[in-house]
Amino acid sequence: MMRKRNPGEQIIEALLLLAALSSVGITLGIVGVLLYESAVFFREVSVIEFLTDTQWTPLFADPHYGILPLLSGTMTTTGVALALALPLGTIMALYLSEYASAGVRETVKPFLELLTSVPTVIFGYFALLVVTPCLQLLWPALPGFNMLSAGLVIGVMIIPYISSVSEDALHAVPAHLREGSLAMGATRMQTAFRVVVPSAVSGIAAAYVLGISRAIGETMVVAIAAGMQPTLTWNPLEPAATVTAFIVQVSLGDLPHGSIGYQTIFVAGLTLFVVTFLFNVAGYMLRTRYHRKY
Amino acid sequence: MTSAAPLFKAEIRDLSFRFGRTQVLKSVTLPIAERRVTALIGPSGCGKTTFLRCLNRMQDLHPDVRYEGEIILHPEKINILDPAVDPIEVRMRIGMVFQKPNPFPKSIFENVVYGLRIRGVRDRATLDERVVQALQDAALWDEVKDRLHAPATVLSGGQQQRLCIARALATNPEMILFDEPTSALDPVATSKIEELMTGLKDKVTIVIVTHNMQQAGRISDFTAFMFLGTLVEFGRTDTIFTNPSNKLTEEYITGRFG
Repeated sequence: MMRKRNPGEQIIEALLLLAALSSVGITLGIVGVLLYESAVFFREVSVIEFLTDTQWTPLFADPHYGILPLLSGTMTTTGVALALALPLGTIMALYLSEYASAGVRETVKPFLELLTSVPTVIFGYFALLVVTPCLQLLWPALPGFNMLSAGLVIGVMIIPYISSVSEDALHAVPAHLREGSLAMGATRMQTAFRVVVPSAVSGIAAAYVLGISRAIGETMVVAIAAGMQPTLTWNPLEPAATVTAFIVQVSLGDLPHGSIGYQTIFVAGLTLFVVTFLFNVAGYMLRTRYHRKY
Repeated sequence: MTSAAPLFKAEIRDLSFRFGRTQVLKSVTLPIAERRVTALIGPSGCGKTTFLRCLNRMQDLHPDVRYEGEIILHPEKINILDPAVDPIEVRMRIGMVFQKPNPFPKSIFENVVYGLRIRGVRDRATLDERVVQALQDAALWDEVKDRLHAPATVLSGGQQQRLCIARALATNPEMILFDEPTSALDPVATSKIEELMTGLKDKVTIVIVTHNMQQAGRISDFTAFMFLGTLVEFGRTDTIFTNPSNKLTEEYITGRFG
């Protein structure tokens, strides 16, 4: 006769399920709050005004609620960061995976990963007090707060994410594919670009999405070094506030609960969430589109 | 079998090979006849795959390896182990087919033209022509002619292996090295590949490593029996199989060990 299932086992299983569901619950909770508070905001302000107005002055006597100036700040700093981090991170990953000896790889990778443990506030002050003065040597008219310096520092910050995850993906490409290419007389570089990268493209896309999401959501560096004034500009040499910098700024103030100014935090948060979410979906689609068995 | 004595395509003289401190090959001397099939047989770990991979300098990819002796490639009689010889040049002339089919994550067409592309061939007509020729030579044309731009991974294992053969053939190599090319395939796919190899020897010199003695007997003209890193016996396949001069060879061939 079969033994009855152990009830203790069932309890443990239920607890494990609960632990697994907690992250789902928290995510749904956050999205719920963002949606609820944003709905209150959109009762006062039309979606069209929110998406088309070119000024963001919610706390002024004559308030405007256009998200574009904040988005332009976020996009510009992110663009600068990616222009630096995507090529550099990819090249590092390729070098570590395809060229470096085991010894070099085991030495360099921990240092790269150490970069992720530097608190972002330090990166922020580094941008303001080191990178900006250096850039001013080249471009004296550069303002003390500017998106270029913040973007470059965010770029340095996300390089380890991009290079480390890409390197894992490249390293996972089976050796027999590399050998097949080398045996045809291909150089290491031809092998890397024509065989290894196409085989690892889904993992590299995942690395890029992770880096982009980090750059969009980065707060401390931009709050410290990019400026606090919402300005609709795509010029990285100017100061401008990003979505995240605005949230910090307003959260630190003493806005009355339930006022429209208070709701703007949530609507800005929702915007940020939607943008990163879209990137993640795009990354997911890219992954499934390019996913192939070796 | 043709009766006239074949020319040499390569001569291996006193080849020794080390991985770090381990000596894998000990003073192997062996001729490779032009446009013939030479089979390397022997129990696992005897060094036959290592030997094969010395012929196109694939062993250079591992750190800490050392070659001694010479591999003379005819007709120029260059020693391909000479440090001055670029291994890439060697691999341009000597193709390889691996144990596990390893098509690239590209279309069937792009797999076949891979070697041509890295050699800088851009002309569309040339590429098209070579694809047809290589796929026909690899006995795959009829099965894939309507889907040349489908990803190579849609093919079966045997078709993938014939695709890899087509890829090796497309650049007109002088010699092709086969490293147990059918060990991952079913009997039907295996016999197709054997048939194909027999047909190929009019065009190209073939060296094949195999675990399968019947296979060596069926397709090769010459057989080398290796054991513990040394060459025990080398000769015409029919002689080796019917009248081996070494007791070890006889025991291996009759299945008493290995």
